[in-house]
Amino acid sequence: MATRLSDIRRDRRAFLKNAGAVSVAALTIGFEWTASSRRALAVAGAAPDTALVPNAFLRVGTDGSVTVIAKHLEMGQGAYTGIATIVAEELDADWERIRVESAPADAKRYANFVFGTMQGTGGSSSMANSWMQLREAGAKARAVLVAAAAKEWHVPASDLVVDKGVVLHPNTHRRATFGALVPTARSLPIPDKVTLKDPRDFKLIGQKVPRVDVPAKCDGSAQFTLDTAFPGMLVALLRRPPRFGGTVQSFDGAAAAAIPGVVKVVQVPRGIAVIANSFWAAKRGRDALVITWDETHAEKRSSAELMQEYRRLADQPARSARNQGNAADALSSAAHKISASYEFPYLAHAPMEPLDAVVKLTADSCEIWAGDQFQTMDQANAANTCGLKPEQVSIHTLYAGGSFGRRANAWSDYIVEAVSIAKAHGGDGTPIKLQWTREDDIGGGLYRPMFFHKLEAGLNAQGELTGWKQVIVGQSIMAGTPLAAMIKDGIDPTSVEGAASLAYKIPNISVDLSTTTVGVPVLWWRVVGSSHTTFAVEMFIDEIAHAAGQDPFEFRRKLLGEEPRMKRVLELAAEKAGWSGAPLPKGKGRGIAVAEAFKTFVAQVAEVSVDASGQVKVDRVVCAVDCGTAINPDVITAQMEGGVGFGLSAALYGAITLKDGHVEQSNFNSYRVLRMNEMPKVEVHIVPSTEPPTGVGEPGVAPIGPAVANAIFAATGQRAHVFPFVKGSA
Amino acid sequence: MPTTSLPTTFTLNGKAATLDGDPDMPLLWAVREIAGLPGTKFGCGIAMCGACTVHLDGQAIRSCVTPLASVANRQVTTIEGLQSQPGRAVQAAWIKLQVPQCGYCQSGQIMSATALLSKNPVPTDADIDGAMSGNICRCATYSRIRAAIHEAAQSLKA
Repeated sequence: MATRLSDIRRDRRAFLKNAGAVSVAALTIGFEWTASSRRALAVAGAAPDTALVPNAFLRVGTDGSVTVIAKHLEMGQGAYTGIATIVAEELDADWERIRVESAPADAKRYANFVFGTMQGTGGSSSMANSWMQLREAGAKARAVLVAAAAKEWHVPASDLVVDKGVVLHPNTHRRATFGALVPTARSLPIPDKVTLKDPRDFKLIGQKVPRVDVPAKCDGSAQFTLDTAFPGMLVALLRRPPRFGGTVQSFDGAAAAAIPGVVKVVQVPRGIAVIANSFWAAKRGRDALVITWDETHAEKRSSAELMQEYRRLADQPARSARNQGNAADALSSAAHKISASYEFPYLAHAPMEPLDAVVKLTADSCEIWAGDQFQTMDQANAANTCGLKPEQVSIHTLYAGGSFGRRANAWSDYIVEAVSIAKAHGGDGTPIKLQWTREDDIGGGLYRPMFFHKLEAGLNAQGELTGWKQVIVGQSIMAGTPLAAMIKDGIDPTSVEGAASLAYKIPNISVDLSTTTVGVPVLWWRVVGSSHTTFAVEMFIDEIAHAAGQDPFEFRRKLLGEEPRMKRVLELAAEKAGWSGAPLPKGKGRGIAVAEAFKTFVAQVAEVSVDASGQVKVDRVVCAVDCGTAINPDVITAQMEGGVGFGLSAALYGAITLKDGHVEQSNFNSYRVLRMNEMPKVEVHIVPSTEPPTGVGEPGVAPIGPAVANAIFAATGQRAHVFPFVKGSA
Repeated sequence: MPTTSLPTTFTLNGKAATLDGDPDMPLLWAVREIAGLPGTKFGCGIAMCGACTVHLDGQAIRSCVTPLASVANRQVTTIEGLQSQPGRAVQAAWIKLQVPQCGYCQSGQIMSATALLSKNPVPTDADIDGAMSGNICRCATYSRIRAAIHEAAQSLKA
């Protein structure tokens, strides 16, 4: 066994011992912050019994600190900051004294209203579903602190004002901090009803409040699952079947077990796990495994073969997702017919933190540390795996190093793997960290499904768009999961959103869906259905505008007459991009696209350069977004910038392909993603709005692919129809 | 049980350190699991993403493909030991421009940016492309990273 670096290790161990023995909240005690703006973030711990706990979403300490309990995962989208801002606003708290803690798994208190009765994060819903809940939570806490001051000072509550965590009585210049009022406030009833602020009085909402998580993410102290460590913790790597649907027929773990540091080799439902005292030993052990796979039921087709089948299916009868007027008649009587098809590959999410989870399993408890995105579903699946009741499973949600949808899945795949490994190890309370490698991630499935879109349109003699027919072919994300109940009449709504919801005013529209069955596991991927539907729709509408001899912006604008918010972002993006200004020089082009996703409206204008060799460079993207009330304009801007970059990775480079069922990509060398030198200048314009807030994590991805495709056409006269546009890898 | 552990002595964040481990173990796992410094991240294991970037004798290197034994008698700096003036300027600029989103790649980004500014105090956009294109950010915080490097360069001039 390796001896340890004495001094550094001792500090770390003392820190971890605290964390293990006391409570997870102690994890933050190890952090010492020098600047007041640096706030450690913790997973949920027991509230000190001196604090004011007016509801499930915050507590106020006698020291004046305000701890906000976040029911949503922070995976980069800024949810912790948004949640804290809403609470702090109505509470009139001092932003410098706000800290955020993740909520435990408890659907009764922490359900996501957009998901119904389940706790989880996704669908760009964190702000939308927290908005009124957290405003009320903050306002009620404020009311009880004001009542406490009124009681202590024998003055009417209506004479008091609150500013930055201090209650003031202007007439007598009396003042008290929240902390000083906590003991009295604890004895008072929490009001049932409160008056929320007039949005004109907002002090934090609408401001570029600094993110709560940024300082810790700049000095290496932010805690991800990867960083979770306990004394005696073991690390497990799992060898999964080389083809989807394969199972272990037999294995020989002797060579793996002989690797120094390997503790145990165990079989679990998903494959063979090597459990060791370090990542390196587990990896070397896994490399030494000898496994014979049973591939009787494995998917052995190639992606090219699947796409060929999808093309054929596009001409077969399919389920109707939208049928308005008579598209077939409109097309057959059209003066001018336009048709095109678009091909979309499988895509991996490839978050920077490969999937990981730490599990401590005993006979009557299961504790899980993870960047957990579907807390109550993961809790239930973990309970099923280890044979405990859900309430015996506790989940500590840590920062996730990205997700883009990957950590939210109905199988709880990586969590269930970790629990099954802990169970196979003996369930003796030994903490075990399951670590995925990048190869496990890229080859591991749960991809954005492959899709084929076939589109046809008809123009009348006046150049008006009279008919639209779209056939979508691909796998369902929801089929075979507990979410299958959302599939109505054979239509998985996530396969057709962004297409069946086509906003353009066209008299005859038909959108059909042909759902395929393939043994490749699939999942939502940032912006879900719109990652292909909006791409197809916005590329095709551009082709129609061109065929009609009309400006692509004006053509769209006219068709959006009854969609004021969508029209507004389109106009704003065009105006800020100088759409109707001077044309770009030869070799450059502008393209436009607009989308609605998760009730947020986004339009983008992309400017590209294409050199003589056909090399595409995206130079500039102008983005307009309407997400209702802008809680934090800087976070919104960041999410639009990030959405553009993420969507560009997919549009330009992203593809998971299969050869005889084997995934052909393995790491960032073969699954190419956008890099610094390829990032365009992004300018973001936010439409002022007093509508309730909607999400920003995903919608920025939707228009970028088509905006770039349309810009490439403007620059070269060539239409791209097959994603990604740039062939080859890094 | 056979052992392949050997002691490797080097300077880690300014202090003498002896880590006992498989000499082939990547430095990444040695600093994380043996030295207990978790700021340096695992992203790809093949030097394609830069999440594991540390400084070896002041140069930015990918610790995921650097064998532990190869750093014997050399100076290794991780994000936890970043004390230099350029390093502090980079961290301050990162906070000022609110660079991180998920934050997972940012230790590596900061180490690469600091190495760049240490030898090139006023980098051009092309210099930044050259020094930073080995660091992937899936949140695509690239525009802010670029702006923050320019910001840090300005603050170092002042």
